Amino acid sequence: MFYMLKGDRGGQALLLLLSIAVVLIPVLNLVVPEGHALHVSTFTVTLLGKYLAFALLAVAVDLVWGYMGILSLGHGAFFALGGYAMGMYLMLQIGDRGVYGNPDLPDFMVFLNWEEVPWFWQGFDSFWFAMIMVALVPGLLAFVFGALAFRSRVTGVYLSIMTQALTYALMLAFFRNEMGFGGNNGLTDFKDILGFSLQSDSTRVALFIASAVALALGYLACRAIVVSRLGKVVVAIRDTEDRVRFIGYRVDHIKLAIFTFSAVLAGIAGALYVPQVGIINPGEFSPLRSIELVVWVAIGGRATLYGAVLGAFIVNYSKTYLTGAAPEVWLFALGALFVLVTLYLPNGLAGLSKKKEAAV
Amino acid sequence: MLSFITKNRFLPVWLLGLCLLPALASATPPVGSDAFAQAVERLQVKSYKEREAAVAALISSQDERVKPVLEAMLNARLFYTKKDKITVIGIKTKDGFSITGVLDQKSLGNASKSQLKKIKVNNKLRRILRAGIAALALSDPAPEVRLSAVKQMYGKLDNAGIQILTAHYETETDSKVREEIQTLLHIHDLSSDDRNTVLKAVAALSKSLHPEVRNKLELLKDSTDQEISAASGDALKHIEGQLAFYAKVKTAFFGLSLGSVLVLAAIGLAITFGVMGVINMAHGELIMLGAYTTYVIQQLMPQYIGMSLLVAIPTAFLVSGAVGILIERLVIRHLYGRPLETLLATFGISLILQQTVRTIFSPLNRSVETPQWMSGFLEINPALSLTYNRLYIILFCLLVFAVLFLVIKKTSLGLSVRAVSQNRAMARAMGIRASRVDALTFGLGSGIAGIAGVALSQITNVGPNMGQDYIIDSFMVVVFGGVGNLWGTLIGGFSLGIANKFMEPWAGAVLAKILVLVFIILFIQKRPRGLFPQKGRVN
Repeated sequence: MFYMLKGDRGGQALLLLLSIAVVLIPVLNLVVPEGHALHVSTFTVTLLGKYLAFALLAVAVDLVWGYMGILSLGHGAFFALGGYAMGMYLMLQIGDRGVYGNPDLPDFMVFLNWEEVPWFWQGFDSFWFAMIMVALVPGLLAFVFGALAFRSRVTGVYLSIMTQALTYALMLAFFRNEMGFGGNNGLTDFKDILGFSLQSDSTRVALFIASAVALALGYLACRAIVVSRLGKVVVAIRDTEDRVRFIGYRVDHIKLAIFTFSAVLAGIAGALYVPQVGIINPGEFSPLRSIELVVWVAIGGRATLYGAVLGAFIVNYSKTYLTGAAPEVWLFALGALFVLVTLYLPNGLAGLSKKKEAAV
Repeated sequence: MLSFITKNRFLPVWLLGLCLLPALASATPPVGSDAFAQAVERLQVKSYKEREAAVAALISSQDERVKPVLEAMLNARLFYTKKDKITVIGIKTKDGFSITGVLDQKSLGNASKSQLKKIKVNNKLRRILRAGIAALALSDPAPEVRLSAVKQMYGKLDNAGIQILTAHYETETDSKVREEIQTLLHIHDLSSDDRNTVLKAVAALSKSLHPEVRNKLELLKDSTDQEISAASGDALKHIEGQLAFYAKVKTAFFGLSLGSVLVLAAIGLAITFGVMGVINMAHGELIMLGAYTTYVIQQLMPQYIGMSLLVAIPTAFLVSGAVGILIERLVIRHLYGRPLETLLATFGISLILQQTVRTIFSPLNRSVETPQWMSGFLEINPALSLTYNRLYIILFCLLVFAVLFLVIKKTSLGLSVRAVSQNRAMARAMGIRASRVDALTFGLGSGIAGIAGVALSQITNVGPNMGQDYIIDSFMVVVFGGVGNLWGTLIGGFSLGIANKFMEPWAGAVLAKILVLVFIILFIQKRPRGLFPQKGRVN
């Protein structure tokens, strides 16, 4: 199984770190008593879990951008759709513990005077159905969008702008109350998942472990694609699309497959993110969010996969730190990062340590 | 004294006197200055009946001082001094009243409340006063005043008013006022007992768009008289057809105005993106800078709001243009040929600009004042009125477009811009300094964004986030219209604006916008190069 990591020093380090974290952090959180110097607070566990979900999203973006050359400014939309699918499941788990105490309807529907749960909420009270939707909805959207765009050969900047328009349109749509997804406030006030309280330490730790495992599996899956023959074609498409087409490959099919897979990964990341932060709202669809996650990948280093993980952790940690310590500085810092990285660090942080290794 | 009142207008005022108080009509009222003084004195009597007679006398005195007296009386501002029995108009001040004599119209200084006695009015008198003021306005020399006087009579007409209007109609010279009076009289005829009068009125009113007409005709439609019912049904149908037509015209106007906003926002981008191929995500923030420039200039010259806008246009052009050139020199120059990197870097710049504005001006929206000449509306008929600010923005948009078009097509700068965008290497071989042209082109596009900001400050909120609201729309317009084609941007912007507004009534504002976005996404799949693709463009 680990043949695919041969020569991928960053990937090896990442998986090693993840394995250590999965063992160590639960122990430090649950076993080591509070107040002890080595105790890791539940807050930190959740924060790390959130970063792991972001890292998975960054890996998904790196796959399409770094390896296939499609700068998607709409991956936030797939992430948010996965998050909403998870949020809908969690919403229906609240039952009569909501503010209005209605056993069948989530609070915002009671507020809107709705009589019953709309058809597209049917089935979401089942965890497994919701999990299928987490992958299916973003995947389907990516498939339809990609099928149209790739067949008519919309590329480069145009495609980026189209993906941005897509997430913008979705944001506007989800802001509407009539859409049935909680409008402006989104879905929140979750109580438990699979019967376990979301407030308890052990659930938080379990979610952290799930995120770490998902990241590891996602990473391995992407890596498997990248080192395979398919991966070589993908990189060839990035470098000279026309030539690959002339050789006889169905470029649009390959692009569509990778794009859809990446969207599914993003959706799973969203599903892991929502129970940990406890809210999903239309803000996740905003074009700013999608562009922000592109910069995680840019900073970490494109076409390395582990660079995306690195970038996601660094940028999000700085964000957590700066928005707490000096909120007005954050946008300056993020803006400067965009400019400086594109000007002076075209290969990101991963490119600092070694020459472009994954460009093959 | 009477010179300003033409002989023609004498009649209705005199008639009013007749109608208000038939008892008085038998005696020929005295006319002129003495009559006015006498009438004013009579106002001070105790009995309301006597006071009514005094008011009638006042109106028939034909004096130009009558109107302020009537208005003061209606607003309970007419007094007489207890000591000298002088009738005065009193304006309330901190301690007491500042009084002005009615006869000589000279200020008499201040008076305390105890020194004055109010000339009281009751409801009947108020009615008489209102009718009197309206009738006086009818004899005003300015047609606009007469028109608004007639308009105020809608729904308040009694027989007396009808007589005044009928009389006035004979002497009225202004066609608009005549039309208005006729409509009013016909509306009154609708409630007549005489069948023929009603039928005639229905026929005459079938072209009127006045809302009152529709209400009255709705009632008549249920009339037991077959002929009247049928006639009013036909008239209603005709009117409703007209109204539906004007509603469409109005929607189209809103669409044009939204379209012109889109074009203004996008046209700078059409230069930087379309001609140069640079993806400038900070374009929205350059618009924002233009809007904030307007705000700052208004703060600098608060007493000249009307002028400030004219000053703001060139200033905003320079400010945004300078920032644009700076961005080009410092960042974009290093990224030519790497459009995706340009996109990311300029997005970073947009974040920095946003936060800069937020730090300097606070995150809250700033209010930019609308000058006098831009407020108000142009009324074309009762069903269609166009607001001036939207009208001006449409014109402004076309003007900016025309100027930009000429700059690109007719000036030597434009020639260089086109040359560099078509074949950079060849242009340089011909001696064009391509990098200088790049900077100037980018500055031009950015400056136009600044001008767009001035216009947008008049119709939307000016805040740090305003740029973000326009950037996606702008890109959509440019991509939809066809990159590298100014006409495409113009037509694309207007058609998207109109489509949006026509969808709004049944889809709602947000859904309409979503549908337009989805439409463009699908459209680009079919025609990846937009409505008007540029031929032979070097990518």
